[in-house]
Amino acid sequence: MSLKSNLHSLKEKYKGTKMAPAFNALHTFLYTPNDTTHNGTHIKVADDLKRTMNTVILAMLPCLIFGMFNAGYQHNLAVGDIQAVTSGFFSSEFWTLDNFMIGFWKIIPLVIVSYGVGLGVEFLFAVIKNHEVEEGYLVTGMLVPLIVPIDIPLWMLAIAVIFGVVIGKEVFGGTGMNILNPALTIRAFLFFAYPTWMSGDKVWVEGAVQRTNDIAAGANLDAISGETILGSLAQGKEIAYSVSDMFLGFIPGSIGETSTLLIILGGLFLIFTKIGSWRIMLSSALGAIVMGLIFNQVVSAGIITESSKFYGLMSTPFWEHLIIGGFAFGVVFMATDPVTASQTNKGKWYYGFFIGFISILIRVFNPAYPEGVMLAILLMNVFAPTIDHYIIQGNIKQRLKRVKVKTA
Amino acid sequence: MGLLSKKDSKLILDPLTDNNPVTIQVLGICSALAITAQLKASIVMALSVIVVLGVGNVVISLMRNIIPSKIRIIVQLVVVAALVIIVDQVLKAYSYELSKTLSVFVGLIITNCIIMGRFEAFALANGPWKSFLDGIGNAAGYGLILIIVGFFRELLGSGTLLGFKVLGDPIEKTGLYALGYENNGFMLLSPMALIVLGIIIWIQRSRNKALIED
Repeated sequence: MSLKSNLHSLKEKYKGTKMAPAFNALHTFLYTPNDTTHNGTHIKVADDLKRTMNTVILAMLPCLIFGMFNAGYQHNLAVGDIQAVTSGFFSSEFWTLDNFMIGFWKIIPLVIVSYGVGLGVEFLFAVIKNHEVEEGYLVTGMLVPLIVPIDIPLWMLAIAVIFGVVIGKEVFGGTGMNILNPALTIRAFLFFAYPTWMSGDKVWVEGAVQRTNDIAAGANLDAISGETILGSLAQGKEIAYSVSDMFLGFIPGSIGETSTLLIILGGLFLIFTKIGSWRIMLSSALGAIVMGLIFNQVVSAGIITESSKFYGLMSTPFWEHLIIGGFAFGVVFMATDPVTASQTNKGKWYYGFFIGFISILIRVFNPAYPEGVMLAILLMNVFAPTIDHYIIQGNIKQRLKRVKVKTA
Repeated sequence: MGLLSKKDSKLILDPLTDNNPVTIQVLGICSALAITAQLKASIVMALSVIVVLGVGNVVISLMRNIIPSKIRIIVQLVVVAALVIIVDQVLKAYSYELSKTLSVFVGLIITNCIIMGRFEAFALANGPWKSFLDGIGNAAGYGLILIIVGFFRELLGSGTLLGFKVLGDPIEKTGLYALGYENNGFMLLSPMALIVLGIIIWIQRSRNKALIED
């Protein structure tokens, strides 16, 4: 018997029992159901919610695989086993099996914990509340490992996932009803609950925390560290990475966010399949550019001098803000979440613009939160329904005016 | 309940559960969010409110027939302000550190909606004994929630209870900390108090069918 018919018979067997939603979810996740609706309107659409989710996951896969190589690369580079890349994206120093395996064994547990715990909570709620398992977690579960530092302890991730799914989503009524992006809720929880594991110069390089502990215990080793570019800039340090390193992604950072090139490719894929909104991506970039330009002007006008603590990030060229930190990743994969973003086309422009604008604002003025894009997206998530409300009201007003002119 | 009649004991017990001022009426939230990072502060705050509301309700009830209704709010304010100043002075005299932690929130008991609410809704219309029971009951209901929130926030946020290191020492890495456990810094921030409070309301509502709306 094939897997498909196995799943089908399991589903039939448990029909009407408490566990029914669980088997139904497994079946429809992997295959199209055998049966069709028997009455009412029939609407046939090729991609349902699950296909949509799978497409987004597909767009993120290159980032995940690059993240595995980069984790090993950063580790080996910090330890001093290999040299820094020299020949562009396909440098042989980077794409080695050794690099990949270090990252693989570190990241796969993160993915398993993220999916295992998150789907566990979803299954639990589906069984208790007696509804079908919702697909919302499929994308969240893949986003979560990509936006955390490589050395985050697994139990912290598990607690954060439970918090994010329950408080960020289930209390509002599950998939499609949430106000905040669940993946970012999970990251924000980690950030505020365990700040030492989410920032600083130890957590971004595989093994750095372990080595610090070993040295403290008396081992004869050199300390390794790696700071994110935003972290260095906020402290007014020089950055040691070239622009091509930043764009291609050979820099320390959260697992999947470093390679702007691959994120852009994923973004184009989402736009091409009409799943991600190009309006949000474009307007976010615009917002960041506008804010960046303002800061650059402030610096070149001499209002902020080198003695200021804001100088480092303010003098960063506006286009560099787009390729450092998690900005690109957040804008392409998280700001475009159809549930929490603005629904109206005009609203999407405002929504995106403010995400970019506020991200850079937070980056510059609050060095304690070097990654502004997380907070900016969460903030605009809250405002998205308000934006939509005014867009719709404005539209109604405009049309009413036209009616009056006609009848007068 | 030999001491209290059935009706009287209901006055005390109702606000603890089915008609809790914090979780059901959602009053007095600001202080519940602000001072519950430590269990000790929660307990002292709870006791202060019990004293102020218990005594205040009796005083208002005794004066209920001579207060002109046009200026009753001002009279109530004077009574509660006098009581709060007494509590504040006692705290400063006997527990200075703690009164610094509670800072303005002792003074702000004056504006705690539960107190003015009970004066208006109960003490102005009932005798002193009943008002006393009602005041104690409502303040205890408020204090109960404060203590529950304070318990979880201190335990998970600092790993201590009333200052005792119940989970081990985070610096020397003993107890749970030896296994890699770490305190949850989010618990010390006020937003988490709101979430803990929300979870309490959630549990209470899902267990008590009478509270489920529509």
